[in-house]
Amino acid sequence: MLETLVQTLINGIVVGSIYAMVALGYTMVYGILGIINFAHGEVMMIGAMVAMTVATLLLKAGLPVLLVLILAAIAAMVVCMILSYTIEKVAYRPLRNAPKLAPLITAIGVSFLLQSIAQLVWGLEHFPFPELLPSKRIILFGDVGITMREIVIVIVSLIMMTGLLTLVNKTKLGRAMRATSENVGVTGLMGVNPNKVISATFMIGAALAAIAGILYAMNAGGKVHFFMGFMPGMKAFIAAVLGGIGNIPGAVVGGLALGLAEALGAGYISSEYQDVFAFVVLVVVLIFRPSGLLGQRTADRA
Amino acid sequence: MQTKLFKLLPLMAAVTLAACSKPEEKKAAPAADAAKPAAAAAGDSIVVKIGSGAPKSGEIAHLGKDNENGAQLAVNEINAKGDLKIGGKKVTLELVGEDDAGDPKQGPVVAQKLVDAGAVAVVGHLNSGVSIPANKVYADAGMVQVSPSSTNPDYTLKGNKTPKGSVSSYRVVATDAKQGPSVAKFIMEKGAKNVVVLDDATQYGKGLADQVEKTLKDGKVNVVAREAATDKTTDFKAILTKVKAMNPDYIFWGGMDATAAPLVKQMKELGLKATLASADGACTEKLIELAGDAAEGVICSVAGFPLEKMAKGKEFVANYEKAFSGQKVQIYSPFAYDAVYAIVDAMKKADSADREAIAAAMPKVSIDGLIGKIEFEPTGDIKGGAITIYNIGAKKLNVATIIQ
Repeated sequence: MLETLVQTLINGIVVGSIYAMVALGYTMVYGILGIINFAHGEVMMIGAMVAMTVATLLLKAGLPVLLVLILAAIAAMVVCMILSYTIEKVAYRPLRNAPKLAPLITAIGVSFLLQSIAQLVWGLEHFPFPELLPSKRIILFGDVGITMREIVIVIVSLIMMTGLLTLVNKTKLGRAMRATSENVGVTGLMGVNPNKVISATFMIGAALAAIAGILYAMNAGGKVHFFMGFMPGMKAFIAAVLGGIGNIPGAVVGGLALGLAEALGAGYISSEYQDVFAFVVLVVVLIFRPSGLLGQRTADRA
Repeated sequence: MQTKLFKLLPLMAAVTLAACSKPEEKKAAPAADAAKPAAAAAGDSIVVKIGSGAPKSGEIAHLGKDNENGAQLAVNEINAKGDLKIGGKKVTLELVGEDDAGDPKQGPVVAQKLVDAGAVAVVGHLNSGVSIPANKVYADAGMVQVSPSSTNPDYTLKGNKTPKGSVSSYRVVATDAKQGPSVAKFIMEKGAKNVVVLDDATQYGKGLADQVEKTLKDGKVNVVAREAATDKTTDFKAILTKVKAMNPDYIFWGGMDATAAPLVKQMKELGLKATLASADGACTEKLIELAGDAAEGVICSVAGFPLEKMAKGKEFVANYEKAFSGQKVQIYSPFAYDAVYAIVDAMKKADSADREAIAAAMPKVSIDGLIGKIEFEPTGDIKGGAITIYNIGAKKLNVATIIQ
């Protein structure tokens, strides 16, 4: 019984770490612009698809696995950053002074557009994602185990969060980001180019999404598919709201809380409703703590 | 900012929901001329439309495309031969393909589209969950629906009749009432003691899993757990962690290849020793491609003869790969191919391209198809119908046994 519980908790933390990574992207964009970038899940999907293509080719060419992993990750990050930069410029920037509803709708439009592009480029099939991280089970105690890949996932998500916090709080770009989040117009008057700051925010978020996409693809059964970004994107959005949207540690706490809620719910209540638990958690949090777990009225947004 | 967000939330929820489930399109009232099907006469030759409904988007789009390709191949062949004549007029067939996304809600919508497009009969749908709600629309239009792959027994058991009283729901594939027990008996013979039965909560997966569970219980095998995931689940660790403590020697999965692959991979990752057994939805090359080494040892069944045992199987594969370069035969395309020939045979027997006339002639259909002899029971099910059990080994689907 105890072993099952511990294993379930581990499963939850691993899945939660992935949600957290994607949630960081939502929370950053929301923090700075106050909009929900619903295309973020699809950016993650594109990242995974690109990494799959590159990795498959390089593995065939006979490169060592670690090198392939690094090159595939770089390729995915570059593509996603360019993509995200373009999305911001084409779909969000012209609407920056429009009511908040307008960019929300274009975000959904962009999300469908990216799905269709992926369909055109890669087709309808599921593709196996090469095993770039060892998935051999390491026994912790009794029947409880964890794979190297899962350990990497948890560590990477923590590195991402601390890296992002340092960036926001300790660097010049971070200061500009914080300033932009306070007031885009006034920041411009202070000699900071808000367009550049916003583009940078989108690109950082996209790089995180690319890595999250790769780890998600490896973890979720080792396959990629043009539709794979939708659900994790939705869950990460919930995680971001759950933790207090606009708050970086909040995204991680929200992601972990959501992952655990799902794993426990699926393990002990009913696995058929695994996806429902996320939405139930969202509703409950919005009723009792509308600003999220770590959110506060004057949350220091990214 | 935060307060603004929460004002927006209900709206976002609505938009999200709308995105999840494509809003049911308004059903166009069938125009009077649409009820009279499809005979655009041009001199002494006519064009007859045959519908095809299959998922071309979503998780199992690859299987849907495969079905449509199969039907298209048959249409191309018949047109190329050019000897199909009805009422003395040369017939050119046209396949009208619609995307049902594998979504039960889309079934009736797509059906109505095909009816309005003037199709005289339909090959489809892939999923039982879609075929069943769509059937009412076809039946009301006096049309025959021939599914290449819907195996849920209810599809024909609860099938509808056309206004003139003909059976509307046909299929060229054996039902789960035969397939489920066949797989269950096979694993019983292999010494299954404790079995976990899982399904993807679709009409297909659940129906199949129910049949398997019943057969296992009748055979005094311990069904230690019965659980469900969904047809989009990729993370099975929660269920698997739970069932691991029950020490199953077999896990049966009622679902498709796209979900079976992560399932079997995660079984290995969590250190389960159980063998995965599944049925036709998961019995594909794609499963081996996606699951890699984890697929070794998987047992699965296919309704019908294996492609390599089909008399013209090799020829079919060659033609298919020639016509649709870059695509490979998945699983049901031979059935969709034969479904077109069955419809055409009924058309010839009726000497008419009228919907009701075709429906009336369907019981008389008798052809030597690719998948074997095709004749129908009065219910619309195929007569006979073999089940092939495969065992995955050395990255191949190997025939373990064929149950007639």
